[in-house]
Amino acid sequence: MSERFEQGVAALRRLMDARIVSYFSSCVHCGLCAEACLFYTETGDPKYTPIYKLEPMRKMWRQENTFWGKLGVKLGLTEPLAEQDLADWETLVYDSCTLCGRCSMVCPVGNDIAYMIRKEREGMVAAGYAPDGMKEATRRALEIGSPMGVTLKTLRATLKGVERNTGLAIPVDAQGAEYMTLFSSMEVVNFPEYIESIARIFAAAGVSWTISSEAFEATNSGIQIGDSKAAGELVGRVVSAAEKLGVQYVISPECGHAFTAIRWEGANLIGRPLPFKVIHILELLEQLREEGRLKLEGHTDIRLTFHDPCQIVRRGGVVEQPRQLLREVATEFVEMRDHGVMNWCCGGGGGVSANERAEPLRLQAFQRKKKQLDELGVETMVTACANCRIILEEGIEHYGMDVQVTGLTELLAEHLAGPAES
Amino acid sequence: MFLDFVEGPLWYAAAAVFLVGVAWRLAAIARAGLKEDLSVPRTAGAPGAVATVFRRFLPHREFMRPAAFQMVAGYAFHIGLFVLVLFAAPHVEFIEQRILGFGWTPAPHWVFLLAANFAFAGLLLLWLRRMLDPVLRRISTLDDHIGTGLTFVVMFTGCMALFESHDFLRALHMLFVDLLLIYFPFSRLMHAFTFILSRGFTGATMARKGVSA
Repeated sequence: MSERFEQGVAALRRLMDARIVSYFSSCVHCGLCAEACLFYTETGDPKYTPIYKLEPMRKMWRQENTFWGKLGVKLGLTEPLAEQDLADWETLVYDSCTLCGRCSMVCPVGNDIAYMIRKEREGMVAAGYAPDGMKEATRRALEIGSPMGVTLKTLRATLKGVERNTGLAIPVDAQGAEYMTLFSSMEVVNFPEYIESIARIFAAAGVSWTISSEAFEATNSGIQIGDSKAAGELVGRVVSAAEKLGVQYVISPECGHAFTAIRWEGANLIGRPLPFKVIHILELLEQLREEGRLKLEGHTDIRLTFHDPCQIVRRGGVVEQPRQLLREVATEFVEMRDHGVMNWCCGGGGGVSANERAEPLRLQAFQRKKKQLDELGVETMVTACANCRIILEEGIEHYGMDVQVTGLTELLAEHLAGPAES
Repeated sequence: MFLDFVEGPLWYAAAAVFLVGVAWRLAAIARAGLKEDLSVPRTAGAPGAVATVFRRFLPHREFMRPAAFQMVAGYAFHIGLFVLVLFAAPHVEFIEQRILGFGWTPAPHWVFLLAANFAFAGLLLLWLRRMLDPVLRRISTLDDHIGTGLTFVVMFTGCMALFESHDFLRALHMLFVDLLLIYFPFSRLMHAFTFILSRGFTGATMARKGVSA
């Protein structure tokens, strides 16, 4: 037994909490979770059944928590969890699960399978079984500060462009600001228009905000790969920067896992309550609209729909705000058949987009989104996650579809009301 | 004599294994522990836990079609079994004389027949699906088949005993009931109790996030 494998086993043993034990005790192997998973529905391959992806962890639970499992291993009738099990399951656990949690919504006994896979990944990564792409992204996040290798210099260059385009000064390290804003690397590199949009909106709404030069990255590769230590380190940097600046709020950007990382796992990862409130950009925008500080004018008549980022909507609870905001600026907003907390994932969450070898499977799984879009016949899809956006654009390109993808914050900024004439 | 044994010492032993075993399994879940969630909740977890325990009795509206077969067959089996166990005349009599000291009005014979038909049909349909569906074949274990088989034999011998009113058939039925009780805490049949916990845990977590699960 290798040392790494022992570490993996120890991690799985440590993570076998009351939730996991009750989930395995309750599972009746009904297989309904398969019908909720786009990797199964789009391939028809039973190995993509969500609960089957948990086989190594189930084996561990059985051998350590059940009578028959203990007896079987003792008598040599049952094979205990072996290193080969982890090696064999690596692709199922990382390539064919986006942690979207749709399966968790349909399980008749209520098992939160996404939570279980998130925990199983802890054991996998401790044993050394994780995709190279995700390992590298985590290494870059820890060493450079961003999974894509975005440095402060890169950010400053982007901000210069933002200042040029908007004519606004972007506050960096402004002591005592009310809000500290985080970005995902993708927004800095691929979608600086998001940064321009919030700069415009915040200026118009009179929001006191800043960016920290010490912690501007929201993406948390530790959460995706299943490394709590790395995830805690990354959250710790944000906490430390926010404490230094004395902000009251930290804004999570249009990025799904970033929101889960800081809003729902952040305090647990650092082992103490966060000394600030976390608010998602969509929550803040809707709050500003309700307070009358975000004034919008005009609307688009293009038929469009909203793609729900799983971690923001189903796993994050920001369900109605994007819809309310969209209705303000779009007259032809239509919903996909399965939307809101029952949406279908883009196929690239949970680190799958950082996992090169998963690309063919991801594109196959994208057929689910394609069917949804074909059914609606929309020209534009709005979303609120930079990772979803990249994945959706790739899928649309791959299947030669004629659909534009845009960010919700950008759409709102386009309809920002001008200053009132006196 | 066989009847005396399966309704006497073996019954008491089986009931004891069942009660202690179930308590042990539930205690094992409690012993596993759960770290306090330090995130700031949107809504309280406890009401969400209770809501999800009840909400999951029906699939999500969007998931009604994929879940239709299992829902219909599952309810046919579970409701049928529930009626058989608690309202079949010999069971009510047994419960009154041997367990609680009081009974209630048993179901009329036609209700018993209807419940038995539903229970058998549901159980067989679910088992056929387990044998034929590629997903279920992939994930099913020996335990799933033993649990189904034992339940079927208990129901089958129970019906035989009722119709034939023969001591040997009654003893055979009791023997399988005793075996089922002994097997119960070591098997997936435990879901009859643990589903409340698993639904509750998920419901509480999701309610904290502001999501109705």
